[in-house]
Amino acid sequence: MIHFVVHEPNDSVGVVVVEGVQSGAELIGWVMDGDLTLHIKSESEIPIGHKISLKDFNPGDTVLKYGVDIGKVVAPIKKGEHLHVQNVKTKRW
Amino acid sequence: MGYRRENGRMGIRNHVIILPLDDLSNSACEAVANNIKGTMAIPHPYGRLQFGADLDLHFRTLIGTGCNPNVYAVVVIGIEPQWTEIVVNGIRASGKPVEGFWIEGNGDIATIASASKAAYSMIKHASKQQRVSAPLSELWVSTKCGESDTTSGCGSNPTVGNAFDKLYDIGSTLVFGETTELTGGEHLVEARCRTDEIKSKFKFMFDRYQDIIERHKTSDLSDSQPTKGNIAGGLTTIEEKALGNIQKIGKKCMVDGVLDKAEEPKTSGLHFMDSSSAAAEMVTLCAASGFAAHFFPTGQGNVIGNPILPVIKLCANPKTVRTMSEHIDVDVSGLLRREETMDSAGDKLLDCLIRTANGELTAAEILGHREFVLTRLYESA
Repeated sequence: MIHFVVHEPNDSVGVVVVEGVQSGAELIGWVMDGDLTLHIKSESEIPIGHKISLKDFNPGDTVLKYGVDIGKVVAPIKKGEHLHVQNVKTKRW
Repeated sequence: MGYRRENGRMGIRNHVIILPLDDLSNSACEAVANNIKGTMAIPHPYGRLQFGADLDLHFRTLIGTGCNPNVYAVVVIGIEPQWTEIVVNGIRASGKPVEGFWIEGNGDIATIASASKAAYSMIKHASKQQRVSAPLSELWVSTKCGESDTTSGCGSNPTVGNAFDKLYDIGSTLVFGETTELTGGEHLVEARCRTDEIKSKFKFMFDRYQDIIERHKTSDLSDSQPTKGNIAGGLTTIEEKALGNIQKIGKKCMVDGVLDKAEEPKTSGLHFMDSSSAAAEMVTLCAASGFAAHFFPTGQGNVIGNPILPVIKLCANPKTVRTMSEHIDVDVSGLLRREETMDSAGDKLLDCLIRTANGELTAAEILGHREFVLTRLYESA
């Protein structure tokens, strides 16, 4: 049973792939590239398909997914928290 | 198995279409399709007072639609003869049966009567066509994703990528596009371009589209790209969406050509087509470029179809597969449970492609999704 997937080993986010993840839940993650397993405690309620932070972030930090820059942090994020439009924005447009 | 056309192309459907040149002719086309069972009208809202490159694209899209190998024959109806003849002659070059009719000087009723007689003869002959065996590599396959979410990038898009890598190896003709939806991953596409010339053509089209966004944007575009559905599905930025999108071109395919909108590729291999990322516009352009089957990965559940191009939908989001099962042809949600490999998911999609080619209907065909949306470049005169 896995709760989230991570594309590449140095990615800073995972994608929740089960419904009903609550704050405080112990989650198991699968790093697809390299077939590794990760453990993390959720600090937020996170809907299916949404991202969980795998590290602490400060405003101005860059978020990596697929091993590539997907945007900049605009509000502090703690490891295990929900990472989405409330704390990350595009660097383009 | 498919239908061999006069120009040598293989089609997997055998449509007789009633194609309006312009908005004014929709009514007559729909009347003909109602009279003659088994034919299909393809109504649309444009074709008047267009000019320049926008008019060229209009003609190219209609002619390409008529020439598509999934079409056996075409009735074209327009308000007047001259533009109608441009479309008729363009389709005639493919060698297939085509006849044009115009309303001015005849009225709707007489036009409908004459066009119905032509359509009657066409459907009679179309119904006698038999499928013949052909190699899979002769089937041109396009791809575009829609209502994507993060599961698209983890599951359904890389499944298309796996299938594209396999089709590429056997010499298929493939296309992807969605110019703005490569933003943040354009360097990855550039790295796949086979030659410097292809790379500079791609960069030109990518930069041109970025200029349009910059000129007209009202915010960071987060209300439109990503869409509300994308954001609800967990996608945060255009970069994240683009990186998921690019999974569709697999790990091995090279970009062998760059096409303008609705332009037919002249060689096999993977082509990039400059195009909108709006699903129906992009799939309509793929059909007009001659593609005969389409892979459409979705996350949140886009329900699109096309009148002549069977759209095969695949989804890795277990919630969407459960709540919208009638729209999904291939369920790859096992990928996100670590129960299925990308290789087996790719094979499952190819198996569905072959079944579709042999005549099995897609979800979108069964549900009657026939979205035909013409791309406009600017205002009419």
